[in-house]
Amino acid sequence: MRDFIKQYKKNKSAVLGFFIVVLLIFMAIFAPWIAPHLPADQDLVHRLTPPMWEEGGLHQFFLGTDDFGRDLFSRIIYGARISLMVGAISVGMSLSFGLTMGMLAAYFGGKVDLFIMRIVDIMLSIPAILLAIVVVSILGPSLTNAMIAIGIVGIPTYARVVRASVLTEREKEYVIASRINGSSNMRLMFKVILPNAATPIIVQSTMGFASAVLEAAGLSFLGLGAQPPTPEWGAMLSDSLQFITTAPWMIFYPGLAIFLTVLGFNLMGDGLMDVLDPKLKDK
Amino acid sequence: MFSYILKRLIWTIPTLIGVTIMVFSMVHLAPGDPAVAMLGEKANPQSVKELREQMGLDKPLYTQYYIYMKNVLHGDFGRSANSYEPVWSEFSDRFPATLELASMAMIIATILGVLAGIISAIKRYSIFDYTSMFGALAGVSMPVFWLGLLLIYFFSVKLGWLPVSGRLGYEFDIEHVTGLYLIDSLIAHDYEAFWDAFKHLILPAIALGTIPMAIIARMTRSSMIEVMKEEYIKTARAKGCSRFQVVAIHALRNALMPVVTIIGLMLGSLFAGSILTETTFSWPGIGKWLVNAVYQRDFPVIQSATLIIASMFILINLVVDLLYAVINPKIRLR
Repeated sequence: MRDFIKQYKKNKSAVLGFFIVVLLIFMAIFAPWIAPHLPADQDLVHRLTPPMWEEGGLHQFFLGTDDFGRDLFSRIIYGARISLMVGAISVGMSLSFGLTMGMLAAYFGGKVDLFIMRIVDIMLSIPAILLAIVVVSILGPSLTNAMIAIGIVGIPTYARVVRASVLTEREKEYVIASRINGSSNMRLMFKVILPNAATPIIVQSTMGFASAVLEAAGLSFLGLGAQPPTPEWGAMLSDSLQFITTAPWMIFYPGLAIFLTVLGFNLMGDGLMDVLDPKLKDK
Repeated sequence: MFSYILKRLIWTIPTLIGVTIMVFSMVHLAPGDPAVAMLGEKANPQSVKELREQMGLDKPLYTQYYIYMKNVLHGDFGRSANSYEPVWSEFSDRFPATLELASMAMIIATILGVLAGIISAIKRYSIFDYTSMFGALAGVSMPVFWLGLLLIYFFSVKLGWLPVSGRLGYEFDIEHVTGLYLIDSLIAHDYEAFWDAFKHLILPAIALGTIPMAIIARMTRSSMIEVMKEEYIKTARAKGCSRFQVVAIHALRNALMPVVTIIGLMLGSLFAGSILTETTFSWPGIGKWLVNAVYQRDFPVIQSATLIIASMFILINLVVDLLYAVINPKIRLR
């Protein structure tokens, strides 16, 4: 572990990514204490107020307000909760299904493998955002359905990563030894093989978190994810379109929040890849 | 190689069938009656019944799928529930807009991405390398729609250099030959229209091309670094080739092989990526058409758009794979 931290610290961009992610988690947990206003609080007198440092800005609205007079800074802080929730739930969903599918395919091989990987190939043959839109159009637009859609879209990638990783472990001696000792299939799969095959899965989950946040923001931007007045960053950007000439701050900051979050997770994923398995980077 | 091509072709068929099954099931997976969903909750029962019959919803599922596939294979994608226009004609009206946007995005991404990748690889660990590779990582993390909005704000609203949205100014009227305005305006010798179409195209193309550009830059860099370590590069140097010759003739040709593959593979995803870009720039292509159909729950359009985009994606990937097999002896001789 100490080695891991030492190695990780050497990679400056990975450290930057880590700090961004920690900051995001901090914002999400302590949102009610950090945010000066509630995210849905409207102050119609002060609608479209520019950021504090611009002419006409007010100190109580640090990053300005939107068309309903809602404090942008507070909405962005609360938005961190939604992004983290979307990331965690959809990655959790993709991971649990993808892990099971990939594990079964690699462990049992043969027809099971062929069948599962065919489904995976079909899912991968449709671009992610398109598949997500299809799922949302079936279920109806909402944040929950967007999370489900993103969760489903991620399944094949995890299944492939898990399969590849398990395949290399399956024939190793410690697995054979455990099998001879009488371990059941379940034990072999999840207790013996999984911990040793976890590295690429961890890296993929970190990167997957970034794409989940990005896809959720995209769906909300299209009006197919979070609905108003939810302080979701993508939805906030979608609202800002018509104010591009009069209130450009409505564009800058929610987008910056999405960008930094995605960048943070990507940097962290890149760093983890470097430290945990440098060979992966070449693939 | 023949067996490889045959195998690859055969594997495409179940994938395509899988996509049609998925697209076909969409209407049935959606909660509630699809006919009610299309006509609205307050529709009278008679029109719901008629629509159900018209859509064949009263027949068994396998018959419905059979009819659906028969129609699709005959190029009949049904009619839009909203405009009652044939879906195929709506699609073909909009497709050139997306094709023009995606092609321009790919051209920008390829030129800038390959250049940045080469310079980064040659000047490894220099400031340019660090900046461009950090830029590439930032590019991958950039929400396309946000980048689009920033470009509109700076280049259209602030500087007033480029138009905010659309494909062509209202004052221009060019005859549609290919549907690609850049080419149509040249055919009509209307150079003002060409310049205007180009100005409309440039911002959405940059927005759409950013992620592919970042990926191409990273890929070119790592591929170049790999190739520069090869023996034949040392030989070329030893023979006294100039630095330019070594890079441009010996290294680049070999380093670009994986890059060409990734470019091909990204072409397909650009059509999907255009969904967000087209919405941001009000670009009248298939992406915006699909999103509007989702708002209006226009299932025939959603189904067909999904099917067509997914099939294009699959077929482009197939062609790229086959071409790669032709170029790469490792696969060719397998």
